[in-house]
Amino acid sequence: MVRVEFLGPIQKKALELDINNLNELAKILQHDAEVSDWLESCAVALNDTLVTNLEATLKDGDKISLLPPVCGG
Amino acid sequence: MLTLHDGPLDVPTILKEWYEEEAQSNYGAYIPFVGTVRSEDGIDGLSFDVYEPILESWFTAWQKKAQEKGAKIKMAHSKGDVMLHESSYIAAVFSPKRRVALEFIDEFVEDFKASAPIWKYDLKNGQRIYAKDRSTAINGSGLLA
Repeated sequence: MVRVEFLGPIQKKALELDINNLNELAKILQHDAEVSDWLESCAVALNDTLVTNLEATLKDGDKISLLPPVCGG
Repeated sequence: MLTLHDGPLDVPTILKEWYEEEAQSNYGAYIPFVGTVRSEDGIDGLSFDVYEPILESWFTAWQKKAQEKGAKIKMAHSKGDVMLHESSYIAAVFSPKRRVALEFIDEFVEDFKASAPIWKYDLKNGQRIYAKDRSTAINGSGLLA
């Protein structure tokens, strides 16, 4: 299973999904009304490293994080 | 050095500690930036969420850049609530000469605003409201859209 966490202001509990790649995750989240509006502005991290394409293959125990727009300071 | 603090920062203590830590390090310049919560739009204060694993790797990358220029960065940030006229952020650069530190603090704070995984909320009328309009999407956002 892959754990998907939603950080900061996204009010959604973490998901445990049986998926093999980020394309599968994209399809699931695009149809999730709680999160679909956030996708355009969210960065994605795989095991705490930001990713820039959907190519990565996922394995059991991986963690994906969605990071909405930031404003520190 | 990166430290996170529950609530507001004790600015005089942190600046003094950093000064003393580097007093014998032969740096000619110590340039701190202190971010303080201002009264605007009727807010009572600000509140922050921080995602530490990615903040730490982001900071480590900047520390390496600083080392390449013979400089050092220190940063402190708040988690949770910080009220008006209290401070939530301190960044400082130490370097042998002032020019490197002045340029570096500018570059560092700009990237901090655009990339560090910290989320800001306005505290207003007992509510905690995400500061969406003042937030910046991290480079590469929209991958799953």
